[in-house]
Amino acid sequence: MIKGFKPALAAAAVSLALFSQGGFAAEEQFFPLIDYRVGPYGSNGQAFYGGFIDYLNYVNLKEKGVNGVMMTWEECETEYNNAKGVECYERLKGKAAKSAGPIHTMSTGISYALIDKSAQDKLPLAMMGYGRTDAVDGSVFPYAFPLVTTYQMQASAIVKFIKDKNGGNLAGKKIVYLYHDSAYGKEAIIAMEAEASLNKFQLVQIPVAHPGNEQGAQWLKIRQEKPDYVVFWGWGVMNQTALKAAQKVGYPRDKMIGSWWTGSEEDVVPAGDAAKGYMAATWNVAGKQVPVIADIEKVVYGAGKGNLQDTAKIGTVLYNRGVSAAVLSVEAIRKGQEKYGKGKALNGEQMRWALENLNITEARLKQVGATNLLPEIKTSCDNHEGSGKVKVQQWDGAKWVPVSDWIEGNKALIHPLFQASAKQYAKEKGITPRDCSKEK
Amino acid sequence: MNFFFEVLIGGLLSGVMYALVALGFVMIYKASGVFNFAQGAMVYLAALSVVGCMEKGAPLWLAIILAFVIMTLFGIATEKFVLRKLVNQPPIALFMATIGLAFFIEGVAPMIFGSEPRALDLGIVDEPIESIMENWNMVISKFDLVAAGVAAVLVATLALFFQYTRVGRALRAVADDHQAALSIGIPLQHIWAIVWGVAGFVALVAGMMWGARNGVQFALTFTALKALPVLILGGFTSVPGAIVGGLIIGASEKLAEIYIPPVMQDLFGGNFGGIEGWFPYVLALLFLLVRPEGLFGEKHIDRV
Amino acid sequence: MLYREAGQFKTTYAADQQLFPIRQDRIGVLVLLAVAFFGVPLLASEYWFSAILIPFLIFALAALGLNILTGYAGQLSLGSAAFMAVGAYAAYNFQLRVEGIPLLVSFICAGLTAAGVGILFGLPSLRIKGFYLAVATLAAQFFIVWCLTKFPWLSNNSSSGVISTQKLIIFGHELNTPVEKYLLVLSIVVFMALAAKNMVRSTTGRAWMAVRDMDVAASVIGIRLMPTKLLAFAISSFYCGVAGALYAFCYLGSVEPDGFSLEMSFKILFMIIIGGVGSIMGSFLGAAFILLLPIFLDVALPFFAELFGLPFSSATVSHIQITVFGALIMFFLIVEPHGLARLWQIAKEKLRLWPFPH
Repeated sequence: MIKGFKPALAAAAVSLALFSQGGFAAEEQFFPLIDYRVGPYGSNGQAFYGGFIDYLNYVNLKEKGVNGVMMTWEECETEYNNAKGVECYERLKGKAAKSAGPIHTMSTGISYALIDKSAQDKLPLAMMGYGRTDAVDGSVFPYAFPLVTTYQMQASAIVKFIKDKNGGNLAGKKIVYLYHDSAYGKEAIIAMEAEASLNKFQLVQIPVAHPGNEQGAQWLKIRQEKPDYVVFWGWGVMNQTALKAAQKVGYPRDKMIGSWWTGSEEDVVPAGDAAKGYMAATWNVAGKQVPVIADIEKVVYGAGKGNLQDTAKIGTVLYNRGVSAAVLSVEAIRKGQEKYGKGKALNGEQMRWALENLNITEARLKQVGATNLLPEIKTSCDNHEGSGKVKVQQWDGAKWVPVSDWIEGNKALIHPLFQASAKQYAKEKGITPRDCSKEK
Repeated sequence: MNFFFEVLIGGLLSGVMYALVALGFVMIYKASGVFNFAQGAMVYLAALSVVGCMEKGAPLWLAIILAFVIMTLFGIATEKFVLRKLVNQPPIALFMATIGLAFFIEGVAPMIFGSEPRALDLGIVDEPIESIMENWNMVISKFDLVAAGVAAVLVATLALFFQYTRVGRALRAVADDHQAALSIGIPLQHIWAIVWGVAGFVALVAGMMWGARNGVQFALTFTALKALPVLILGGFTSVPGAIVGGLIIGASEKLAEIYIPPVMQDLFGGNFGGIEGWFPYVLALLFLLVRPEGLFGEKHIDRV
Repeated sequence: MLYREAGQFKTTYAADQQLFPIRQDRIGVLVLLAVAFFGVPLLASEYWFSAILIPFLIFALAALGLNILTGYAGQLSLGSAAFMAVGAYAAYNFQLRVEGIPLLVSFICAGLTAAGVGILFGLPSLRIKGFYLAVATLAAQFFIVWCLTKFPWLSNNSSSGVISTQKLIIFGHELNTPVEKYLLVLSIVVFMALAAKNMVRSTTGRAWMAVRDMDVAASVIGIRLMPTKLLAFAISSFYCGVAGALYAFCYLGSVEPDGFSLEMSFKILFMIIIGGVGSIMGSFLGAAFILLLPIFLDVALPFFAELFGLPFSSATVSHIQITVFGALIMFFLIVEPHGLARLWQIAKEKLRLWPFPH
């Protein structure tokens, strides 16, 4: 028995994938899972998608689906490669024609490649904390959802965190922005620059070439610059290398604050003691003390249906993040069913409406046992992000400990940047933006 | 000026790490003419074996021995099942086979030992040496010095091995001319198995040093990319070339990363950092234009 | 019996020099083209067009480009993806900055730009050979990708460096559906493949092969090495550049420099080695093999695991895929180091005698 695979799905995979004509009973909600578990970032994908699938299984086992609609899914391995991601998308989209959960690719590159296609096929694309950030402006990007928060809002929130630590004043301080020299790392520059001119701190940008397994020069430069803080945007091996290199030049780790893709167990454990004291942003806490995580372990793994081989990953940052993505998706399905009929699967268009009209309150999160796994989220046509809040957590050498409450980025500063960028995109592509005041 | 020397020394020490990986390439190319692209994957496999054995409860010394056994067996199997069948094929086919081998390792190794990144603690802390820090305000890492020492011992051992042992002489004979070596009774296949075993050992050393430095994970396979320019600069067939090439690449790459981007920024505007990806290659390329066979490579004479 | 050229007498020079001198080959190619142009659009599903056929044709074109350089002119290159990137970004910029430029013209310009860059990086080939050259072409791979990341002008100042391609408009008609895109790609690829087939048997092609087999000997018999090698680089890069433009415009629709990674260069190299070094058809066979194998494994492995009740987790399945992929490459090289094209040649020879072998 393959864990997490529905036998019928797996058996049908061969024939369906080649001439895919999805055929499902009406009461199944299908998730096209464009995921990755091998390659340079494979272990990140294993934890994230493990959590995602475990929660879907949990919903199926615990409450027999959402109002009787069972969650189903099919996985397709992308190896974090854009072209393979597109192939996977094309392979699965036929099956998603009738019922489609949001697509989570956990890859900025693949999301970019899918933005136009998914809008054309009317399939909602979720980009939780990655992907094309100006899709916050839903009038231009009806089918793309950079949910919870974006790189720019996160950068802004991190600056705010630093500011609060310094008595609300950053004037004259020096902050180094050390980033992975790719689309991912470059996205946040615009926000850091805006924050620098607003708060009058000095910003030094230092790029690191992919893959970032050698940062001697960069850290010697940082040592010379003597910054007050290092804001850090790494990915994969770059994270451990940075922590080790910081130790090597004697830079204090508790002055380093990373993005949410630098703050998981996978990132700090290999660095050993060098990681102690290091901080990173996140929108979900780690650990099994979150009720829903503990319950998943009991219900799903108790029934032998867990997706992870290595159960030590349960409760890690990325596992919990996968669960948070699934919680959000399932809550959207509930919302959609309220409008389009309980007990019915949602198609891509209906799912899109649901994602655009999310309203997950603290009380609701408590009900599903996901307190601190997600901030409150309220999306709308002109705000596909819905929250913009993060927490900062610190690695104490053995586990991640939250050290802040929810911090919201400077929306007034950042959101206009998205709108300007979305406007330019609309012009380039000849898209007529929707009128958000007429949407309901 | 102080900063310049700091960068220079840091670069030289990084270069030693590159040289460690490059040595593995040299070993195999020298003896069998195969450009072994799987060397990066072998570094990964070796480091993963050490960590994997330690997780199963073996102490560090035992894990290293076990990893060495694994690497040797792997080398022999590669020779027996892949290379032996490809004797007399064009070099590009052999090169290609090693790429296939790299994929094979990248799939098998994490299947056996798990794919999540792990720490490898050799008991050497990667911290600045305090006395130097205080007196000259320069950062020199203990770990890097140990790595340099390890590399020196490794090179000396290999050089002695090649120069003075029976097997070493046979290796050189094979490297010179397969046919001639065969005709005077050198068992080619044994020699190749030994070479792959030695390359596995070199990969083990490199894997442990890199693994202790950045964590044991898939990205160890990328170390090969750092070794390639070292290789062409030093010459494919020269052990000292790998070391000297490593030092040159390491130092120049770090100096370039510090000093070139500001110049380019003045010229074009914008941020031009992150040149480490290509700089060593361009440097090696320019160098090759002057000396096409690398620093210590054997001069190749074409005969019609 | 079926495949025998006996009795086909060439009475004119034109007949003797045509691209496919054997009648059965001509018929075969025409049937194949007819199927590709008319049959496939009727039969294939959207998935086949967008996920398999279009990338197959594009990668076949890139492999063809590399095959000209490596297979015919003997210069090993690991930078094909970078030249594709040049083509993709050049086509985007021509469309963006030149008012009213037709799409096909911008593709040609993209190819020419890539050819120019190719010549630049081909210069070292005059001094450097073999694996030294291969590693040196990595300089092109990394340097070009870095340049595309670093000069925001090239990506129209997009904050992330990602470009999103313009609409595909040909003769006033907008290509929207996968079928239309497929037909566009197919036409370009067929045209360029036939051109390549013609080229490699011309003076240029023969000069390339002489250089490949032994460049000293070639220069002794009067082939000028510099123009020959540089021309190979230029034409190879032209093919890769056009392939890159198609990759961006007809396949992904939005590309980032990092997408044109070393891994992709290797993939193209695999294609020609598995397909057959120095064979036009080999480029197509290799592209099909390398693209389809992972998809097949991805689909088939879970199926078999289920069938035999093997306790594989999703991660294990993914790992097995890579392992099998690597093992198959080695297996193919051992069984047929000259590639799939060689198998086809053997089949043809057998067919000549079939069904009455000696």
